[in-house]
Amino acid sequence: MVDTQLDPGIDRAIDTSQMKVTDEVAIQITAMNKWYGAFHVLRDIDMTVYRGERIVICGPSGSGKSTLIRCINRLEEHQSGQIIVDGTELTSDLKNIDKVRSEVGMVFQHFNLFPHLTILENCTLAPIWVRKIPKREAEEIAMHFLEKVKIPEQALKYPGQLSGGQQQRVAIARSLCMKPRIMLFDEPTSALDPEMIKEVLDTMIQLAEEGMTMLCVTHEMGFAQAVANRVIFMDQGQIVEQNEPFEFFRNPKSDRTKLFLSQILGH
Amino acid sequence: MSDTHSRTVAYVRDTMLPEQTPPVAERGAVKWMRENLFNGWLSAVLTVLSLIVIAWAVMALGPWLMRSIWNAGSLSECRQLWAEAGVPAGACWGVINDRLHQLMFGFYPTHLYWRPILVLALLFVALAPILFPWAPKQLLWFSAIFPFLGYWLLWGGSIWVPVSAALGFVAGYAALLALRSFGTLIATIAAFIAPVLWWLVVAGNFVGLMQSVMPLGIEGVRSDRFGGFLISLVIGFTGIGLSLPLGILLALGRQSNMVLIKSVCVIFIEFIRGVPLITLLFTAQLLLGYFLPPGTTFDLILRVIIMVTLFAAAYLAEVVRGGLAALPRGQYEAADALGLDYWKAQRLIIMPQALKISIPGIVNTFIGLFKDTTLVVFIGLLDPVGLSNAIRASSDWQGIYWELFIFIGAVFFIFCFGMSRYSMYLERRLRTDHR
Repeated sequence: MVDTQLDPGIDRAIDTSQMKVTDEVAIQITAMNKWYGAFHVLRDIDMTVYRGERIVICGPSGSGKSTLIRCINRLEEHQSGQIIVDGTELTSDLKNIDKVRSEVGMVFQHFNLFPHLTILENCTLAPIWVRKIPKREAEEIAMHFLEKVKIPEQALKYPGQLSGGQQQRVAIARSLCMKPRIMLFDEPTSALDPEMIKEVLDTMIQLAEEGMTMLCVTHEMGFAQAVANRVIFMDQGQIVEQNEPFEFFRNPKSDRTKLFLSQILGH
Repeated sequence: MSDTHSRTVAYVRDTMLPEQTPPVAERGAVKWMRENLFNGWLSAVLTVLSLIVIAWAVMALGPWLMRSIWNAGSLSECRQLWAEAGVPAGACWGVINDRLHQLMFGFYPTHLYWRPILVLALLFVALAPILFPWAPKQLLWFSAIFPFLGYWLLWGGSIWVPVSAALGFVAGYAALLALRSFGTLIATIAAFIAPVLWWLVVAGNFVGLMQSVMPLGIEGVRSDRFGGFLISLVIGFTGIGLSLPLGILLALGRQSNMVLIKSVCVIFIEFIRGVPLITLLFTAQLLLGYFLPPGTTFDLILRVIIMVTLFAAAYLAEVVRGGLAALPRGQYEAADALGLDYWKAQRLIIMPQALKISIPGIVNTFIGLFKDTTLVVFIGLLDPVGLSNAIRASSDWQGIYWELFIFIGAVFFIFCFGMSRYSMYLERRLRTDHR
């Protein structure tokens, strides 16, 4: 269907040398089901994520892709089946939930920065209060990651003074300050202008280059093709198809996938 | 020469024009008046009408105020002075002069007036670190002990009573720390039970024991000696200080997923809001006596404080709930995703934003509470309004109205206006959204 290389959205070559998938299981989801009232949002999801994997989850709206990754840090509760993150099973036990959440970073579509705190305070809050890191050390870590997302000069401003792309990069830095082993991205570029999508994608690609385990719900197919090692297509709460990206785009198997790709790639 | 030529004649300015002031109608007071007072015929009519009303009020009140008499021991003395001067009656402020101590302190022993005055001064010291960011944060320790110190200074008696009351909170905190490893819920429950046990079981014996070992105390003052603005301020400030935390807890309880907690909070809020404050005050005066075990002496001022606090807390709970409802769900999710537990998320993320949104409503409730303290006159406490009745019943000041009520109103206005200005300052200071 698509033989050519899609535009990954950034202006530099991607360094794939550190992108290595290991045998170590990071997330294990078995026969997981979720309902919103009577509505069956996620149906019998089975999925294993290995450390170092970069997975892009795509699908039409309402297909349950956001719900799936929100189940992984228990922003949504699943009703049956099993989710094990880094060896910790997610149950109603609050201790396990807090443990998983402090190991898993999440980036939201609408950034969800804390508007009453400065950029630096946004980044140091969780390390200080959850990890119990001394304030000075937390600020050093925060500045390190703010430099990494290329906005250290904004540290003392408030979120309301930043552009959307800058806010999303702060949100990524805020998650990284907790030194997570897994990062979840819930449509991180969907609320951004095209200009700003580029800077956020660049940050995400940089993260992938360092070997971070990532799950991204996104419509950026160029990013998927360039960075992901696996693309998962969901529809009606089920995993319909998954494959390595080149094959996924060139030769989609199911009709649903073909339809979706033809719509989203604008052919 | 053709006319085209004359139009293109070369020109060089030889003198520069000096800067001129704008025309009269476009500058200074005239411009301001035209824009603000006479901007169209409707505006002009309203301006003239307002001026007439102001002039009428000044003409009615002005002469009365001009004939003010400040030093007089009774209304008849005032009348005599006016008669001697051959002028109609004016304002007789002698009543304020004569009864100021009573309006301020009620029947508080005269030689102990320094105690309420000291408490008021210390109150401002205790409030500073809470209200203003420039105040040193170490003062918060003083803010924490001030309620107990203030109680001791006002009511006097053994120092071990407030100390033992404070130790109840220490017991609660100790229980919270000791049982933290058993989980947040157990620790929280223990933190509530421990102080109650302390106050009910241990506190009495503790005070007796310590008093016999080391008697420390100052002259006691009974509640029925309290009156005037002393009573308004004690009830008002204690009510304000206690109702905000209670209101926040009620608002959180109302949003809770736990059905029992939620229904208790809803029933409490709806019941208290649905009943007039005066009914609650009568309950405080009469009914609590029946419910409490016989023999317990339960101070009337304390009962009123409890009722006023519950009343204001119910309103505050709804105000804070409004602030909570205005927060986007993403704020809760971001706090969760970072691994903050419920109380940390509330304290660091949710409440700072929700309370900021609710500031106007909260201060509104506080001002209402403070003014509602005048209702205690109906259950026999002598607040300023109650005292004004007593003063007017005395033979010296029979027939005086305006001067007393103007004075009482002015003092209340100072406090309420202060709160209002503070809330506007706070809103400005906390504005970080840069809209």
